[in-house]
Amino acid sequence: MDIVEILLKILFAILVVVVIMTIAAYSVLAERKVASWIQGRVGPNRTALPGLSAIPVLGRFLVRMGMWQPLADGVKFLFKEDPLPGHVKKWYYCLAPVVALVPSLSTVAVLPFGAYWVNGVEYPLVLANVDIGILFILAISSLTVYGIVMAGWAANSKYPYFGSIRSSAQMISYELAMGMSVIPVFMWANGPATGFGDLTLFGVVAAQKDLWLGIWMPLPAFVFLVSLFAETNRLPFDMPESETELVGGFHTEYGSFKFGLFFVGEYAAMAIGSAVFVVLFLGGWNFLPTFGFLPDWVANPWATWGWFGSVVSVLFFIGKTLTFIFLFIWVRWTLPRFRYDQVMNLGWKYLVPLAVASIIIYAIVIALWDTAVTVDHIKPETFGPAPQ
Amino acid sequence: MENFLFYLFSVLTILGALLLVVNRNAVNGAMFMIISLIGMAALFLLLEAYFLFILQILVYAGAVMVLFLFIVMLIDVEKGPKTRPDGLTIAASIVGLALLLLGIIAVFTTDSATSALPEVTKLPEAASAAGIPFGTSVRGYGYGLFTKYMLPFQVTGFLLLIAMIGVIVVSKKITASGDAEKEGPKKA
Repeated sequence: MDIVEILLKILFAILVVVVIMTIAAYSVLAERKVASWIQGRVGPNRTALPGLSAIPVLGRFLVRMGMWQPLADGVKFLFKEDPLPGHVKKWYYCLAPVVALVPSLSTVAVLPFGAYWVNGVEYPLVLANVDIGILFILAISSLTVYGIVMAGWAANSKYPYFGSIRSSAQMISYELAMGMSVIPVFMWANGPATGFGDLTLFGVVAAQKDLWLGIWMPLPAFVFLVSLFAETNRLPFDMPESETELVGGFHTEYGSFKFGLFFVGEYAAMAIGSAVFVVLFLGGWNFLPTFGFLPDWVANPWATWGWFGSVVSVLFFIGKTLTFIFLFIWVRWTLPRFRYDQVMNLGWKYLVPLAVASIIIYAIVIALWDTAVTVDHIKPETFGPAPQ
Repeated sequence: MENFLFYLFSVLTILGALLLVVNRNAVNGAMFMIISLIGMAALFLLLEAYFLFILQILVYAGAVMVLFLFIVMLIDVEKGPKTRPDGLTIAASIVGLALLLLGIIAVFTTDSATSALPEVTKLPEAASAAGIPFGTSVRGYGYGLFTKYMLPFQVTGFLLLIAMIGVIVVSKKITASGDAEKEGPKKA
């Protein structure tokens, strides 16, 4: 690997992180705007940028949409005084926001966000196309809980402490259901007809040309989505920071920049969670499912457009992801918060059995389908060694 | 580069383990254990055992240690009591250290061509007749696990099942009639 290649990799990584951070920042704005619309308010509509906001119609419109608000928020978080309360455990108190943010940003390394085509063969646009893609995402995002636990414990007061204890219990419970709900997806994606025999996320998208998995696997998709809400601490499962009972939950003692890191981390996790859902259940960057009888170009109409097609596929993928971020926000302002024991009951007594049931059901269905339909069309080359 | 990373993560693993033992603050100890486990996972990664690497992170760092930390923070042991080790402990640790040193000396002084050590690191033959190579891919790993190594795999699963049933029995407080005691919903 020569130096140019390494530099390019670093450049791509920075670019991806910048995009994720931008999406996270504007999700905050979207949250406030959508909340206001749902509640019949206006939302942030005053922040103006000197010069740009003087443009006759457009400038005024952007100000009314709150387009500069994330910028102002960021500047505020950066330059506000950063007090260190006297009663905290300083080392862990400062470490916690970093630990909360880093895992969610690391998971984008294996997330395919688009595709490029060489001579009709599809290759993923991804930082690292590793064999263990989905396991990597599940494992690394499960480390986020350390940030929350550390924050609650280091703050050395009771409400943050309650928040962090609840959070760790909740995350461990829902991780199980989440991990099991993706098993049917990979059983299908690695079948004899489509499979690469590995756990890459690219393989999952490639297997969804004919039918998006969310359409014929609604049960695993639902379990995954509910677990995603719990894992990202979004309402109706935001136990760690339920403000009516725990002040601010685990970040009660945090202010300015450190609080900003927690905040951005939460929204980044939400954005990446939505992207993973799109990859697993909604066909990634595929345009529309072909349902087996539509012509092949329907899946990727831009496959022959060269580099511009890749850009369109990335944009289409981001568009799907943004739709899901909107769903997250919509649910937050629609459903009331569960009680803590209800959250635990839902996780263990409903979602885990549902996930197990869906594994069994889809194992039978996929086995029947493969023996009855696809086994005659096995391509021998699919049994070769897995691509590294 | 690989050499440098190997030494870096080895030092991280051993240092983490050492600090875990000598640190008297339980939470710090748990943190050092996490560092040690992650260092170990990185060593798996350098061996190109990606699946083991991710399992190490997922199971140990992601789930087991969260529970450890949970308990340690819940029972609030800031500092363990200062106890002087008794004679037996000291004797046992001296014997253990001596054995370890003996092992290290034996490894470095024997001729590697004649010893049994290189045999240990040899890869087994292909895991099956289907021609799926024994390798680091999840596919090869799974095939090996469900064909050649089926018995150890099942035995391990059975052991875990026994442990799980044991935990349920211990935690449920089963009454003389054989029913579990009724408990109301717990509030955290």
